[in-house]
Amino acid sequence: MTEAVEHPFAKYLRAAMMPHIWCSGCGNGIILNAFVHALDELQFDLDKLVVVSGIGCIGRAAGYTNVDSFHTTHGRPIAFATGVKLAKPDLEVVVISGDGDLFAIGGNHFIHAARRNVGIKVICANNFNYGMTGGQVGPTTPLEALTTTTPYGNIEHPFNLVHLAAASGATYVARWTTLHVRMLTMSIKKLLQRKGFSFIEVVSPCPEIYGRHNKMRTGLEMMEWFRKVSVIANFSDPSKAEITPERIVVGEFVDIEKPTYEQLLYSKMAQIANEETE
Amino acid sequence: MAEKKAVLTGVHFMSGDIACAEGALAAGCRFFAGYPITPATEIAEHMAARMPKVGGIYIQMEDEIASIAAVIGASYAGLKAMTATSGPGFSLMQENIGLAAMTEAPCVIVDVMRGGPSTGQPTLPGQQDVMQAKWGSHGDYEIIALAPSSVQEMFDLTIEAFNLAETYRVPTLVMADEVVAHMWERVVIPPAEEIKIVNRKRPNTPPEKYLPFMPDDSLVPPMACFGEGYRFHATGLTHDEHGYPRTQDSEAQTRLVQRLCDKIRKNADKIVRVEEAMLEDAEVVVVAYGIVARAALSAVRKAREQGIKAGLLRLITLWPFPEKHVAKAAEKAKAIIVPEMNCGQMVREVERAAKTTPAHHVLKLGEEPHTPMEILEAIRRHI
Repeated sequence: MTEAVEHPFAKYLRAAMMPHIWCSGCGNGIILNAFVHALDELQFDLDKLVVVSGIGCIGRAAGYTNVDSFHTTHGRPIAFATGVKLAKPDLEVVVISGDGDLFAIGGNHFIHAARRNVGIKVICANNFNYGMTGGQVGPTTPLEALTTTTPYGNIEHPFNLVHLAAASGATYVARWTTLHVRMLTMSIKKLLQRKGFSFIEVVSPCPEIYGRHNKMRTGLEMMEWFRKVSVIANFSDPSKAEITPERIVVGEFVDIEKPTYEQLLYSKMAQIANEETE
Repeated sequence: MAEKKAVLTGVHFMSGDIACAEGALAAGCRFFAGYPITPATEIAEHMAARMPKVGGIYIQMEDEIASIAAVIGASYAGLKAMTATSGPGFSLMQENIGLAAMTEAPCVIVDVMRGGPSTGQPTLPGQQDVMQAKWGSHGDYEIIALAPSSVQEMFDLTIEAFNLAETYRVPTLVMADEVVAHMWERVVIPPAEEIKIVNRKRPNTPPEKYLPFMPDDSLVPPMACFGEGYRFHATGLTHDEHGYPRTQDSEAQTRLVQRLCDKIRKNADKIVRVEEAMLEDAEVVVVAYGIVARAALSAVRKAREQGIKAGLLRLITLWPFPEKHVAKAAEKAKAIIVPEMNCGQMVREVERAAKTTPAHHVLKLGEEPHTPMEILEAIRRHI
């Protein structure tokens, strides 16, 4: 009899929550895997980590991660995370959520948290549609794409998330696809080590829902699309970092330092407390 | 006992909004997130000035949805947290008030009621949100709501709201109105050691045995906070005692939602507070709350001078509804008068509790609260 050996990453996940809800070919597992690898490589203190998510397929990631975690209402993980981070600035607060949650219903919170430079970290699974509700058009759906609510082709211009993040003031901005696992893991490690508002967009396959309508019925076909058209252009102009059927620009776009909201807040508080005692 | 540095012990002349902020600080509130809105803005302004002096956090968020979400986050991170708003912002907060109820996040929400619906009359008083306070978010849940009728009570009841929120792990609402918020009155702030403070019950189990939503005998689960090594999960989805989603399990849904209601309903006798005046032999009972209750007391006194056996039942707790007190007062009464700055909201609850005794609503919209004479006329009409 051989003794059962625990998977080296078992400690990072809640076994009781398995099996997960994600479809075969979905990229969410790759994103969670990269996140866990990054934690492991950094030997991250799991008691100092809070994972927050909103509503959507990737929203379940908070529950799957074996740390303090909270699954908020739709669109609100960043606002919730802001409260956590300011209350306990020594905690690392990571938001893992989707394009619809973070950029449609929750778009306002994203730009303002980035503007304030609250030191929370946001990982966005961009699968180009609302997967959990069956594949409706979202803020990142490409022009002319077919979804259940754009049956004649999408006429809305999509957000360029890395451009939006950079323009809003994020101090670390990167985009990878789920094909770029090593770069993604490296980026998540950087994200966890930066002080300010940091953002990674992960272009992620949704073959079961989005791909089905857009002639990419398997995860492999979607990954093949990523492989064929992805171009790494580190620190290029994020406004030109397009995602089209012909070209997906990936890489790191911003990596700067500026005082975080909580640094400014707590130094102001200390200054006021000193004046009070003088 | 309250933390000394945060308590401005002494006799003051201040507005209701400022008294509310000072009450929160005395109660141990160390996180405020808000968004400017008349007539609650002064609470945020005062918090912005005072919070840093007591080592607390003030942040102005991008809207009221973000404000309540940040408050719930801060509460889960271990701080006593509050937001303050008025009708339009209160509407925006409703979804996350449901989240706070579902995840049992202790927090305080102040709604300084103005005239509605919609943008309505921002600078004038109203009592049009009292049903929304109870039913505003979707689904079944219970909250606690208090109605201050003086500047002193803006201070006292805000402390009470925090104590109740922490005791029952429930969002607790201070349903003020524009008059009590903007009025200036004498406020006595007692010494810190005389202020009763309740803190949330903490788990006494080790992290590996901790079940974040397993209640004790009071139906309230002890609460661990983020960063303490418990590594627990919370979700707005229907969940079990572990905090894990149970979205297809009717038994889990019944057990959770029933408990969220029962922890307030079964403790209602401990929560409910009213003020009674001249009720012993009252044939006409005025049931009122907030600023209107002060005009009502004056009307009842005038009625007594005229030989009418009138009495006042002032609702300090709006939710859970003080139905036993209303039922008792209704037993001997011939009529109940319910003056409200709305088209008839709490009067429905009064009718339900009063059974066969008729309840008459006295409407007032816009401008000022009811005058004592208006309430007196209603008393005379129904005697």
